[in-house]
This record gives sequence, structure tokens and C-alpha cells, in this order.
Amino acid sequence: MGWLGLFNYWIVVVLMMIGFYTVVSRGNMAKKIIGLNLFQTSAFIMFISAGKILGGSTPIYREGIEVYSNPLPHVLILTAIVVGIATTAVGLALAVRIHENFGSIEDDLLSEDDSDDETST
Amino acid sequence: MIDIGLLSFLVVIAIAVVRSRDLFTAAMLFAIYSLLSSALFAVLDAGDVALTEAAVGAGISTILMLALLALVPRQEAEAPRPNWPALAVVVLTGSVLIYATLDFPEFGNPENPVQTHVGPYYVQETYNDMGIPNMVAAVLASYRSIDTMGEGFVILTAGLAVYALLGTRRRKPKPATKKQESQKR
Amino acid sequence: MRNNGILRIVARFLIPLIMLFALYIQFHGEYSPGGGFQAGVVFAAAWILFALIYGLDAALDIVPERAMYVLMLLGVLIYAAVGVAGVVLGGNFLDYRPLLDDPQYAQQFGIVTVELGIGITVSTVTMLIFTMFVQRRSQSMQIEDSQTEDKD
Repeated sequence: MGWLGLFNYWIVVVLMMIGFYTVVSRGNMAKKIIGLNLFQTSAFIMFISAGKILGGSTPIYREGIEVYSNPLPHVLILTAIVVGIATTAVGLALAVRIHENFGSIEDDLLSEDDSDDETST
Repeated sequence: MIDIGLLSFLVVIAIAVVRSRDLFTAAMLFAIYSLLSSALFAVLDAGDVALTEAAVGAGISTILMLALLALVPRQEAEAPRPNWPALAVVVLTGSVLIYATLDFPEFGNPENPVQTHVGPYYVQETYNDMGIPNMVAAVLASYRSIDTMGEGFVILTAGLAVYALLGTRRRKPKPATKKQESQKR
Repeated sequence: MRNNGILRIVARFLIPLIMLFALYIQFHGEYSPGGGFQAGVVFAAAWILFALIYGLDAALDIVPERAMYVLMLLGVLIYAAVGVAGVVLGGNFLDYRPLLDDPQYAQQFGIVTVELGIGITVSTVTMLIFTMFVQRRSQSMQIEDSQTEDKD
């Protein structure tokens, strides 16, 4: 594959892994949600670059344009973006409630709280 | 050339988002990340997707993160630097995925399998069937209309879930137990 | 923030333009990039800007919370009603061909109505989520104030 395409997909993989690392290694819930969104956006970039045709143009019918990019990945990613924002909103609402009930949104402090419960009963 | 610059910028900003401990900084950098990826979508000929990502990612997602930051502490706890098991898993997964990208079809080739299966039908027949130029809107609202209805239901469910979580009045917290007080000291 | 003159004047100038642009994206979504989702989000952003500058109570006077609950469901109901109308008039679910006589006009009518439903739902849900977060914040502040009063 040409150098440009390979670079494109490798950067997508790098972004995906950065998002994955954020979700796995950071304990703060807000940071995890941001990491999840990083992961999602990199997957969108992969789909959109798979649907591109070099020399094509936006899939809106106009006079004089012969080659259009494939509209199907665009439809899929449109739905995915909106579903992503929906899950982000629910995740943030959950983080608010957890903070109200337990006092923090850090994983380490929350699991300390749990282990104290276990040893006391 | 533009997309090479944009992609490199995206990597730099993503690393900065991971490493910043101040959540406000992370939210603002994430808004910039969404805006740059929207510019990348525009360069890759995806007009509708660029508009949606700019409006949703750089607009609503940022405002919701800031609304969260009004309610939770702004600083993240210190993480052990670096987290070696997580880094090992991430590097392993990344190398497997990079090995997989070597098998991808060529970037931008009109003969790719994804371009020759159902796509040409939509490109050629949309204006004859529907009379509207925007192929993405035609596919979204007419050819694949049930998926969009499901998406409307997902949005509705998200609204109902946030209402169920945050809509009831907050009760006064019970007086703190001795264990919680000793932890805070 | 309403005392800050620059913010207030710029917002007063921008909010109608943003709403107009949202309506443009909604109804011009067949000819240019756009459609229901983008328009809904941009419209909600205009309302959120108003709430940030003039306070949530003034913004809730414009779009009250009860109206948000009704509109949220109305949008999806419009979508499903178009689908059921297709069944009632003889076709499949969400089939636009039986709705009008001319096939192209039927498709266009179906698409515009369906996108309108989606736009209403998306904008209302976004406004509702923002309202919920801000009201939680004001409730938390009230509880903190009453706790400091109890200690005194």
C-alpha cells in the first residue's frame, strides 16, 4: 500500500491505543470517559478513511462531478457519533451520582472503601 | 499533506490529554481533538460527518464534561508512572493491530471491495429514486430508515436515563459514620 | 455572567443567528450536508449559550422542563407515526411510497418529516441533559450552604 494510506492506518492504531491506555491505567472516572471517547473517535477515522476514494468528492450529487466517495461509511459513523454522545452523557451522570454517594470518583479510594466494608463484616 | 499534519497533531493532543492531571485541561484539549478530527473528516470528503463531529464533539461533549467538572474535584489523583502491565498490554495489542493493517486494501482505490459492493447502487440511483442530491441523508432517512429510528430511540433512552439518575431531588446526606470520618482524617 | 457587557452583547447578537443556522441545516439537509442530528445539536447549543449568560431560570422560562419532556417523546413519535402510516396505507413499515402519489415527492416528504422528528428529539434531549446537570449543581450548593449553617 502507498505510504500515505499506511501512515493513516498506523496513526489510527496509535490513537486507539492511547485511548485504550487511558481507560486501563487511569483511575479517575472522568479520565476514563475521555479515554473512551478518544478510542471511539479513532475508530471513526478508520472507517471514514476506508470509504474514501482518491480523486473523489463529497457524496452530494452535483453537476460535473463523476466520482463520489462511498456514502455508506458516513451513515454508519453518523449514527455512531450520536450513540457515543448518548453513552458519554449517561456515564457522566453516573459519575455524578457516585461522587455524591461515596465522596470521590477515583477508583483507588472507592475500592479502599469496599475492602474496609468486607473486613468489618 | 493536510491530513498528515492533522493526524500528527491528533497524536500529540491525545498524548497531552492522557498526561494532564488537571481535568479542565483534559476537557479543553479533548475539545480541540474533536475539532481537529472534524477537520480531518472534512479533508477525507465526509461533509455530514465533519459537521456532526464538530457540533457534537467540540460542542456538546465539552459542555457536558464541564458540567461534570462543576460537581467533582478538578484534579486527578497521582497515577504511578508509568503503569507497566497496562503499557505492555497496550503495546502488544497495538503491534497486533499494526500487523493487521498490512493486510488492508489500498487506501483510496476505487476497486476496493467496500466501494464495489452496495455503494455504487446508492451513488447512481439516489437522485433518480428520490430527487434529492444528498446521498447520505437519503441513505440515512430512506434506504436505511429503521436504523435511524433505532438511533432516535437510543437518544431518547439516554435522556430518560439521565433524568432517572439526576432528576430526583438530592436528599441531605446522612451524618457521616465514624469510619468515613476517620478515613478523611 | 449577565453583568459582563461584552458577553451579553455578543450573545444577544449570536443566539438568533445560531438558531437560524440550525433551522437552515435542518431543512436544507437534503441539498447540503446536514439533517436532523446536526440541527438538533446546534439548536440546543444556542439555548445552552442563553442559559450560560442569563441564568438557567431565564432559560427555563423560554423552554420549560415540562415542554422538554413532551417534545422529547413527540419527535420519536413523529418518526414512528410516519412508519405506521406507511403500513396503514398499504406498504411496509417506514415505506414512503404510499404516502403521496408521485414517488419522488413521497420520498422527499417522508425524509423531511422523519428528519424533523429526529431534530426535535435530539435538541430536546440535549437541553434536558444540560438542565439536569445544572440543577444538580444548584441542589448541591444549597445542601452545602445548609450544612455550613448547621455547623454554625
